Amino acid sequence: MGSTSANNREGIGRRDLIKRSAALGLISVPTMSFLSACASSDSGGDEKVDKGKKTKENPLAVNETAPLEIVIFDGGFGTKYAEDAKAVYEKNFPKAKVKFSSTQKIQSVLQPRFNQGTPPDLIDNSGAEQMDMGVLVGKKQLADLTPLLDAASVDDPSKKVRDTLRPGIVEMGQFDGDPVWIMYYAYTVYGVWYSQKALDSLDATYPETWDEMLAVCEKAKKKDMAGWTYAGKHPYYLPFSLYPMIAKVGGTEVLDAIDNLEPNAWKHPAVKTCFEAYYELYKKGYILKGTPGLDHIQSQTAWTEGKALFIPNGSWVENEAAKTMPKDFNLAVSAPTGIDSSDKMPFGTIWASGGEPFIVPAKAKNTDGGMEQLRIMLSEASSKNFTESVKSLTAFNGGTDGIDLTPGLKSGVAALEKAGDNVVNPRIQDWYVALQKEKIGVGGLGEMMAGRLTPAEAIKKIQGYADEAAKDDSIQHYKHQ
Amino acid sequence: MQHGKYRFIVGFLAAPLGIYALFVIWPFIQSIYYSFTDWSGLSPEFKMVGFKNYSRILDDEVFWKSFQHSVTFVLLLPLVTLTLALFFAFMLNVGGRRRKNAAIAGVRGSAFYKVVYFFPQVLSIAIVALLFQFAYNPNSGALNSALKAVGLDSVQPDWLGDPDLALWCVFAVLVWSTVGFFVVLFSAGMASIPRDYYEAALLDGANRITTFFKITLPLLWDTVQSGWAYMGILALGAESFAVVQIMTVGPNGGGPDYSTTVLPLYVYQKAFRDGQAAYATTIGVALLVLTLLFVAVVMRLGRRERLEY
Repeated sequence: MGSTSANNREGIGRRDLIKRSAALGLISVPTMSFLSACASSDSGGDEKVDKGKKTKENPLAVNETAPLEIVIFDGGFGTKYAEDAKAVYEKNFPKAKVKFSSTQKIQSVLQPRFNQGTPPDLIDNSGAEQMDMGVLVGKKQLADLTPLLDAASVDDPSKKVRDTLRPGIVEMGQFDGDPVWIMYYAYTVYGVWYSQKALDSLDATYPETWDEMLAVCEKAKKKDMAGWTYAGKHPYYLPFSLYPMIAKVGGTEVLDAIDNLEPNAWKHPAVKTCFEAYYELYKKGYILKGTPGLDHIQSQTAWTEGKALFIPNGSWVENEAAKTMPKDFNLAVSAPTGIDSSDKMPFGTIWASGGEPFIVPAKAKNTDGGMEQLRIMLSEASSKNFTESVKSLTAFNGGTDGIDLTPGLKSGVAALEKAGDNVVNPRIQDWYVALQKEKIGVGGLGEMMAGRLTPAEAIKKIQGYADEAAKDDSIQHYKHQ
Repeated sequence: MQHGKYRFIVGFLAAPLGIYALFVIWPFIQSIYYSFTDWSGLSPEFKMVGFKNYSRILDDEVFWKSFQHSVTFVLLLPLVTLTLALFFAFMLNVGGRRRKNAAIAGVRGSAFYKVVYFFPQVLSIAIVALLFQFAYNPNSGALNSALKAVGLDSVQPDWLGDPDLALWCVFAVLVWSTVGFFVVLFSAGMASIPRDYYEAALLDGANRITTFFKITLPLLWDTVQSGWAYMGILALGAESFAVVQIMTVGPNGGGPDYSTTVLPLYVYQKAFRDGQAAYATTIGVALLVLTLLFVAVVMRLGRRERLEY
């Protein structure tokens, strides 16, 4: 019955041969094949295109015939706004060939190109696959955008682009010192989002102190509605309302200390007070059941369906949740509720900052073209177009006149007006991505809000993570100036 | 035939081995080389840093957590999957009642069951993971709805959101999606076992359990062993990565409080999120060592006298 036996006399039998080669093949499969796909090569990318002629219409001296390549993140804002701006560039420079593409996988698409030294000229480095800005800056992969900021603005040649931007935008694009590496195009208002209609149905107004907050949640609970929900799978949405609350209670220096990774920054009493306040939401059962297992879309959907009253989020939610949001939802945003009148900052203190980070790679062939495209996007017309089509503000200060503002956007503008100078901008989110999202977010806040850590334990754990990050010399460290 | 045998083999294998060396062996060497650098993965520049990445691994808490999870997978997953697969395959092929004309047969409808078992293999692992993600949804998922339907309203776990459960949720999906392949593999193996052995055993009055342990398993041992190695490698590599990355909580998967991070996922996060490609290759080397160790142990422990038939 011997059908597959080895040849016993000498040498390699069929079985052995197959076996050995299979073993060799098998061990190699799982480990490293996907890393080697991006092994670096050193083809130089320094052949820049020549400068063009500097004129009044062309302050950046763009080469009129040089090709331009743009890669846009195709996320909550879509790509139409960028395509419209591209059309303007093509009109201004009819001889230039503009290549436009969009992707949701910025890193997978662009990392190999950075490695080869042939990146595109303008990138919207956004989304879940955002490339780490700290690393890009540290490795000198980004072009300094100062020429763009000092160039004349499209609408008013007597003004520099720099002077047409919202406060804080330029600083956000800096890391250490003067160069500006990133141009944040969108302007995001973070805070507590809710349906004005739902709040009205409870006969309530937005709570300004925590006792009022608990009272509103209790009212909601009686009507079989949870007080809060959040993106349980991505608990780093919680800071959108929690961090400005910490600033309100303890002053902005508490947040600065956290950003600077100072020892014991998280042990500040204001942090503890706010953590305990949020934990109370869990303990009193005001969090929508099952929230820790929901992702951002699922939690937003539960919220638009009226299962929960409040959700911490950013201004993109109006566009992102549009599909499930009822017509009469009457979306509104508010600055986070504080503890009481002894808080250091007034009610209205809000987190607002740039979103959609645009970068021009240092090794791009047509860096001037990339910056010119940004200059076009920062014109009033392009900015208006963006606001109109995706219901979000841009870095351009103004550009909302004469537009029919949607409820959420209107409420965002009102919240910004109310906040005045009390706008905070925690940088931990863009300086230390892994620390903020995974360690503080998932490991600390997520666990606490799911009731698996007490506030004291969460603080201890988060402080440990922050200390680790401060010690870790494989990540670039930054300080508030 | 013996004459010129090697020339024949070499001639046949030269091209594939060349391709293999270029696309598999060479990247390995490259990766090991990169693990001694500070390459970020975002720029072509890097310099040598010696064993710094390796000493960093020693204090890296997340690395050890993912290491622990990967080891759990590699130890338990083959055991559970292969045991189930052996049981199913035995029932499908020789475990049935005696019927007319066939002394040895599977349970009724075994041809149909084989298709059912094999079905998950047809789906890509990404689809399987996505489907189960919906099933595990704590609010509207199939599991919690089923619990509700039978009156267990108080038992509504968060599944993937619960650090004590998340790893086992992933584990279950991996078992579900791979067991069918082994059922078919073992069925094929059992089909080649001569019927006379079973008939002889039957005549001697052996029951199913005895038949299984005295005849089926010993004659199937080679297949089980390679299945074991294969399953372990799946558990360490691609399959566990995909399921964890797609299904579990967190920015890039990894579960609440790192409860489901596995080594390949950690490699991915370090290389493609944190811009630390060199450190990622170092973890890759650790994964390679672990895989080699596993295969060596399986090959050694599994060595038995070869039965030929």
